[in-house]
Amino acid sequence: MSFPWLTVIGTLPLLGAVALTLMPRGGVLPKQLALGVSVGTLVLTAVMGLQYSPRGGMQFEEEHEWIGAFGAHYALGVDGIGLTLVVMTAILTPLVIAASWNDGDEGRWSVNAFFAWMLALEGLALGVFAATDVFLFYVLFEATLVPIYFLLGGFGGLQRSYAAVKFLVFSLVGGLLMLAAVVGLYVVSAQAGTPTYLLSELSEITAGIDESTGRWLFLGFFVAFAVKAPMWPVHTWLPDAAAAGTPGTSVLLVSVLDKIGTFGMIRFCLELFPEASQWASPVVMVLAVVSIIYGALLAIGQDDIRRLIAYTSVSHFGFIVLGIFALTSQSASGATLYMFNHGMSTAALFLVTGFLITRHGSARISDFGGVEKVAPVLAGILLVAGLSSLSLPGLAPFVSEFLVLAGTFSVSVTAAVVATLGIVLAALYILLMYQRTMTGPLRADNATITDLRAREVAALAPILGLIIAFGFYPQALLDVINPAVERTLEQVGVTDPSPDVPLEALSQDEEASQ
Amino acid sequence: MTEVLPADGVFGLSWLLVAVPAISAVVLLVGGRRTDRWGHLLGTAAPAFAFVLGVVLFVALLGRGEQERRVGQQLWTWFEVGGLRADFGLLLDPLSALFVLLITGVGSLIHVYSIGYMAHDARRRRFFGYLNLFIAAMLMLVLADNYLALFLGWEGVGLASYLLIGFWQHKNSAAVAAKKAFVVNRVGDMGMVLAIMLMFATFGSVTFEGVAAGIEDASGATQTALGLLLLLGACGKSAQVPLQSWLLDAMEGPTPVSALIHAATMVTAGVYLVVRSGFVYETTEVASTAVVLVGLVTLVVGAIIGCAKDDIKKVLAGSTMSQIGYMMLAAGLGPAGYAFAIFHLITHGFFKANLFLGAGSVMHSMHDDVDMRVYGGLSRLMPVTFVTFAMGYLAIIGFPGFAGFWSKDKVIEAAFADNIWIGIATILAAGVTAFYMTRLMLMTFLGDKRWKSDVHPHESPATMTIPLVVLAVASVLGGVLILGGWIGHFLEPSVGPEEHHDLPIPVLALTAIVTLTVAVGVFIAWRTYGTKEVPVTAPRGSVLTRAARADLYGDALNEAVLMRPGQWTTRWLVWFDNRGLDGGVNGLAALIGGTSGQVRRAQTGYVRSYALAMLGGALLVVVSLLAVTLA
Repeated sequence: MSFPWLTVIGTLPLLGAVALTLMPRGGVLPKQLALGVSVGTLVLTAVMGLQYSPRGGMQFEEEHEWIGAFGAHYALGVDGIGLTLVVMTAILTPLVIAASWNDGDEGRWSVNAFFAWMLALEGLALGVFAATDVFLFYVLFEATLVPIYFLLGGFGGLQRSYAAVKFLVFSLVGGLLMLAAVVGLYVVSAQAGTPTYLLSELSEITAGIDESTGRWLFLGFFVAFAVKAPMWPVHTWLPDAAAAGTPGTSVLLVSVLDKIGTFGMIRFCLELFPEASQWASPVVMVLAVVSIIYGALLAIGQDDIRRLIAYTSVSHFGFIVLGIFALTSQSASGATLYMFNHGMSTAALFLVTGFLITRHGSARISDFGGVEKVAPVLAGILLVAGLSSLSLPGLAPFVSEFLVLAGTFSVSVTAAVVATLGIVLAALYILLMYQRTMTGPLRADNATITDLRAREVAALAPILGLIIAFGFYPQALLDVINPAVERTLEQVGVTDPSPDVPLEALSQDEEASQ
Repeated sequence: MTEVLPADGVFGLSWLLVAVPAISAVVLLVGGRRTDRWGHLLGTAAPAFAFVLGVVLFVALLGRGEQERRVGQQLWTWFEVGGLRADFGLLLDPLSALFVLLITGVGSLIHVYSIGYMAHDARRRRFFGYLNLFIAAMLMLVLADNYLALFLGWEGVGLASYLLIGFWQHKNSAAVAAKKAFVVNRVGDMGMVLAIMLMFATFGSVTFEGVAAGIEDASGATQTALGLLLLLGACGKSAQVPLQSWLLDAMEGPTPVSALIHAATMVTAGVYLVVRSGFVYETTEVASTAVVLVGLVTLVVGAIIGCAKDDIKKVLAGSTMSQIGYMMLAAGLGPAGYAFAIFHLITHGFFKANLFLGAGSVMHSMHDDVDMRVYGGLSRLMPVTFVTFAMGYLAIIGFPGFAGFWSKDKVIEAAFADNIWIGIATILAAGVTAFYMTRLMLMTFLGDKRWKSDVHPHESPATMTIPLVVLAVASVLGGVLILGGWIGHFLEPSVGPEEHHDLPIPVLALTAIVTLTVAVGVFIAWRTYGTKEVPVTAPRGSVLTRAARADLYGDALNEAVLMRPGQWTTRWLVWFDNRGLDGGVNGLAALIGGTSGQVRRAQTGYVRSYALAMLGGALLVVVSLLAVTLA
């Protein structure tokens, strides 16, 4: 048997979390341990990633029977989509830990708990992205709620209890629907012979499922993922959570955890319920477009920087969901790439504004003015992060957004045109915020804001580096993503619409006539 | 169009045109204060290098046969998914080669000028970093061989423009103007993005070659839509009606920026786009007519605005809009106008950069005051600035023999051949141009001194005057490009053969009419501003003057139609999200809380009531089982 890469990578942070709870409270040692463990996880992930072969389908597979009566397995494996998100999680966690160095010092619990929950969250999230068994996925999916609940409730700002409970209730309601669908899957697979939760076996069974059962089960999964993603109109927990959490918590929540929603849509909704996915596609696309525009308009209207970023994410998740359900190779690959890019750009935004907010003690845009004068490096990084959020070409998110739009355009011109309005609104929400906080005359009470320190720059620089690198060479990621997306769309049974005026046919005509 | 050949020999260096300024920009912007001492030198050396390389490539291009003058260089694949592929591919052909020379040539001069102009600015190194970023992006724009790579440059110059308009961002007005420029341009970008998507959906390709090959087989609706969408993009970047409102505000940027970006190069990118996409417009009457109309309206609107402003830079900005209107109009006329559009674009690049830099020199000695009403009589104290400015002035009004005379005349001829009314409008606008430029000349350099008390005008340093002299020479001699119809012939491999037009009247007669109209414009301006004293505070003016001062109410319209309704919408939505949507959810939570409060009462803790309940439940189960079995 080959080396269980995924188990090791997922378990290492969990062990780190346990170690943190056992060691003496406080001091710098727990922080260093947490950083060390997350960097170790990143190194292992990188070593694993280098062995991945893009066209090899599901890889690094592990499979052990877990609960025989249910057909549940401990089964892990990644394809290009899963790997992209595993890598994203592994990259972001150490940077978040470095950026959150002092954020756990004044929480309800010790600094050990703060970093232990972060590591636990990383381990569970890695597990979710690697799970190839529906039951395992469900268990880990629900388990991620625990660390984030304690991170929100223990180390956040003013309204943290309200936000934590609200987040929990929304997620549990979604999870409950998913549980019903998971039970339903058991019934379906048991009827077909031996019960199984293995994705590979289930997808064959659900391919022949009767229409209405498939659609109900699809809905159970979809609603849970839509809450998590979050999509309009079940997004209202996110702004509260983002406004209450520490910047690091918000990154883990929005950049990593929310991706489970959109990841689940591809892995479970599309792959298990192809017929239902096509059936639901028009409605989901409308909801996605509404999310894009609604999120962007709401972002423009916010005064709290963190809520603003949360609403931009509602808009961006709209693009991701649109790309998934437009069911073309461009849009779906774009959506997957978007998950990675959004993770990076939103992390940069939350972290750099977090530094700003910590310095001034207020998150209100109207409490800032002219900060560029005293903190040019902070302003520059905020601008680059903002420009990536508004999808400026040359920065990573542009390619993913364009792919989503172009793919959508080939199946629904209307959806693409309305979604494109989002690029104007994006310029407004980012540049208005930048203008009001960074430019203009320096406000007297902003004069004491200091520029970023070396640790803070060091936490942000890798993210910006990746945003720029993947802006010019996204093909490195797309080479991994494309084959996996192609396979998924094959399972759904859709093909890309062909161009109206295919140029190859034209040149063949010319050759023939010569 | 002729075939594209792979880049061999010296053409293999094409990528350096973009790369060198880009690397220099990165060094200056990331290097921080360490680079302060020599930043401006590196910043100037980068475009100068690109200019030298540009000249080498241009000469190499001239040395080839006409059929071999389109050279492509593929760098790497940007992204590829399904059939959608975008490459970093460069195309050096006569059209892009001329742009390379204009951008790097005028660009280098303006870099030199900026060394002196920005000498006292603590952030000069950063200024040069942004300028280099602009040069790299603009070269990417004109060298791209596909619409997506073009769009990368397109947005890159937009970013540089944003950064440079807002360079003095401690001023609120500068920050607001920068944001406005970016947002208005994004409206145009929507057109660009949608056009590219439509190209992909229709042809499965976004390269110039691919779209050109398929466009004739596309449906009429697609052809028209493509033309109009690209025009929307061009309107944004080139400040054409209805997306013109940002350019006047953009004058908040340092004057070298206004000269380079908002006069000579970036704002002409829309004209470049239309000419480059000529194969689209040649298939669609609706879209090409729209281009002509946009150009016509803008050239009139710009000229009217130019007449009423007292801010020297805003007069020039209005004039830029107007002159680009001429180019746009010519580009919309198709093969009859492409070469003239580009010809006017180049001469305008010379004389407008000259005028802006001259204005900058004046402002430099007037404590950055831009109000012409407190200028006057500067010709003696600033002789070099005055003489060079005068060359630019004669060029723009179309004084016989100067660069603008040849190029504007050609555009007017083409317009006249197309439609007599459009032709008349262009002639009248030329007269208005002569009026506002003469007014500017008189108010600034001649007449009485109306200076504020603490102002001591002086000539600018050599780093500033030398570029002025070079540009002045170009403003005088720029017309040589048309000698023997050279430019039209040279551009043939890029835009196809020039179409010759028949004029209803002899060319010489038309030229005479234009020159006469210009003379009338000069005369009226002289009567109004040369013979009478210029009041320091502006008179109230006629209805038209007041409208022109308010930019013909373009901003007021945008505010009433877009901004205020938009603000109401967002405000209402924020309320809705907090009270309506979230309130609904929280209300549901309260309802559940209340219900469980009621249900809780059933849990009395008395065994007898539980037993009773169990009995009831059991009965229910038995009854229902019976009912099912019996049924």
